[in-house]
Amino acid sequence: MDEIAKPEALLEKLADDLKKLLVERGINNPLMVGIHTGGAWIASALHASLGITQPLAMLDISFYRDDFSRIGMNPKVKPSSLPPQVEDKHIILVDDVLQTGRTIRAAMNEIFDYGRPASITLVCLVDRSGRELPIQADIIGQHLQLGAEQHIKLSGPEPLEFVIT
Amino acid sequence: MANKPTRPTDPLIGKDSWNIQLDSNGRLKHFLTIEGLGSDMLTSILDTAESFANVNEQSVKKVPILRGKTIVNLFFEASTRTRTTFELAAKRLSADTLNINISTSATSKGESLLDTLQNLQAMLCDMFIVRHSDSGAAHFIAGHVAPHISVINAGDGRHAHPTQAMLDMFTIRRNKGRDFGGLRVAIVGDLLHSRVARSQIHALNILNTGDVRVIAPKTLVPADIEDMGVTVFNDLKSGIRDADVIIMLRLQKERMQGAFLPSEHEYYSQYGLTEERLLAAKDDAIVMHPGPINRGVEIESSVADGQRSVILDQVTYGISVRMAVMSMVLGREPEQEETEAKQ
Repeated sequence: MDEIAKPEALLEKLADDLKKLLVERGINNPLMVGIHTGGAWIASALHASLGITQPLAMLDISFYRDDFSRIGMNPKVKPSSLPPQVEDKHIILVDDVLQTGRTIRAAMNEIFDYGRPASITLVCLVDRSGRELPIQADIIGQHLQLGAEQHIKLSGPEPLEFVIT
Repeated sequence: MANKPTRPTDPLIGKDSWNIQLDSNGRLKHFLTIEGLGSDMLTSILDTAESFANVNEQSVKKVPILRGKTIVNLFFEASTRTRTTFELAAKRLSADTLNINISTSATSKGESLLDTLQNLQAMLCDMFIVRHSDSGAAHFIAGHVAPHISVINAGDGRHAHPTQAMLDMFTIRRNKGRDFGGLRVAIVGDLLHSRVARSQIHALNILNTGDVRVIAPKTLVPADIEDMGVTVFNDLKSGIRDADVIIMLRLQKERMQGAFLPSEHEYYSQYGLTEERLLAAKDDAIVMHPGPINRGVEIESSVADGQRSVILDQVTYGISVRMAVMSMVLGREPEQEETEAKQ
C-alpha cells in the first residue's frame, strides 16, 4: 500500500493547484460546495485559504443516493444549504475521498435540481481505486491504490486524520 | 425492537393486531397504529421528519428517493388536510400519486372492496393510504394486500390516526424539546369519537410524557379510557391548570346520533377554550387542534388565531412527518418472500 500524506499537507497542495486552475479557467468568485461531512471540512478550509467571498454551501446527498432502497432511511440527514441561485454559477464541488463516483453523481443530481450551473470543478483530497462510474476529479491531493476490501475514512474536523481499515 | 409493546390487545381491532405492521426485522412495513411500537421507533420517525422539514424549507422542495414508486390515496371518507398533505408528501419524495374517490367509483357500482384492491394491485402500486369510517379498515386491507404493498392508516373510524398523532408529537417536540418527561398535556373534547385522541394518548405514553389528562363531559368519555393511563377531568379549568400543551379536539357532529350533548352552545359555555380560560395554563402553553376547527364551538376564534396557537404549524409539520413514514416504509430492504412475490 502507498504511504499516505498528512491531510494538512494535502490541503496546501489542493489550495495551490485550485488557485492555478481557477486562473487558467478564468473563474472569479466561485461557489464552493462541500459534501457532508468530510468534504464540508475540507471545503471550509479551502474556502478560507482562497478567500472566497460567496458563502460556503453544504450538501447532504443521503436523499439522492442510488442505494437508498438497499440501505434504507438514515434519520440523521443534515440540511443541504445550497443558495437558491446556482444558475450560471461556477461551482467547486469538494469531497474527501473519491472512490466509486456514486457520491459525486448524487451531488451533481442534487445541484441540478436547483438550477443549471455554468461549470462544476471537482476537488478531492484522496482519489482511491475502485471507480464504478466515469467521473474524475480536476484537483486531487493524492492518488491511492487500495484493495476493494480496504476502507479509508477522514475523521475530523480537529485534527483531520485518515483512518484506513 | 428493544421496547416491549405497550398493550397486547386492542379492543377495537383484536388481539395482537399491531403485529402485522412490523416485518421480520422489526421495521415498519405498514403504519396502522401507534400501539405496540417502541419509543425508539417513534423517535426515529420524528428524527427522520426533522430531516424532511429541511427539505420543505428549501426553494426546491423535492428529493428523488421514492422515484418510480406509486402511492394510491384510498379515501372512503371525506378529508382535505390529511389527503392533500399525504399527496404533497408523496410528491415531494418524487413518488407518483393517484387519488381515488371511492364514493364516486366502482364500489358504488357494486364492486367489493377486495375486488377494487386487487385491481389496484394489478396496476402495480406500492402503497395504499387508507381512510375509512370503519374501525379496523386499514388493518383489514393490510391483511389482504399482496406482500409487496404497504398500507398507511390515514384514519379508521374511532380507532386510530397514527400519522396525525406523530405530527402532534413532532409539534410538541419542536416547541417543548425532546424530553416529554416533565410535560403536562391536556386533551380536551370529544374523546368518545376521536381516533386522534386514542393515537395521541398511545404516543404520549410511549414517549414517557409526565402527565397526560383528558377533559370532557361524562357522555363523551369512553368507559375504558383510564386504562390507557390518563387522568380524567370533567371541568376544563382545573383540567388545563399549569398545562404545557393543550390539544383541542373537534366536536364530531357527523358521528353523533344520540343525545350526547344538550347543545353546541352549552358545550362551548363549559368546554370551549376561551382566552380567559387559557390563563389557567402555563404562560408558555401551546394550543393545538387537529382541524378542522369549529370556531365558537370548541375554541374561541382569538385563541385559534392567537400567539399560543400552533394549529397551522401542525399542518406544515404534517407533510414532513408523512414524508418520514412513507420513506421509512418504502425504503426498507425487501424481505425474502416479498422479493419472490414481486418476481
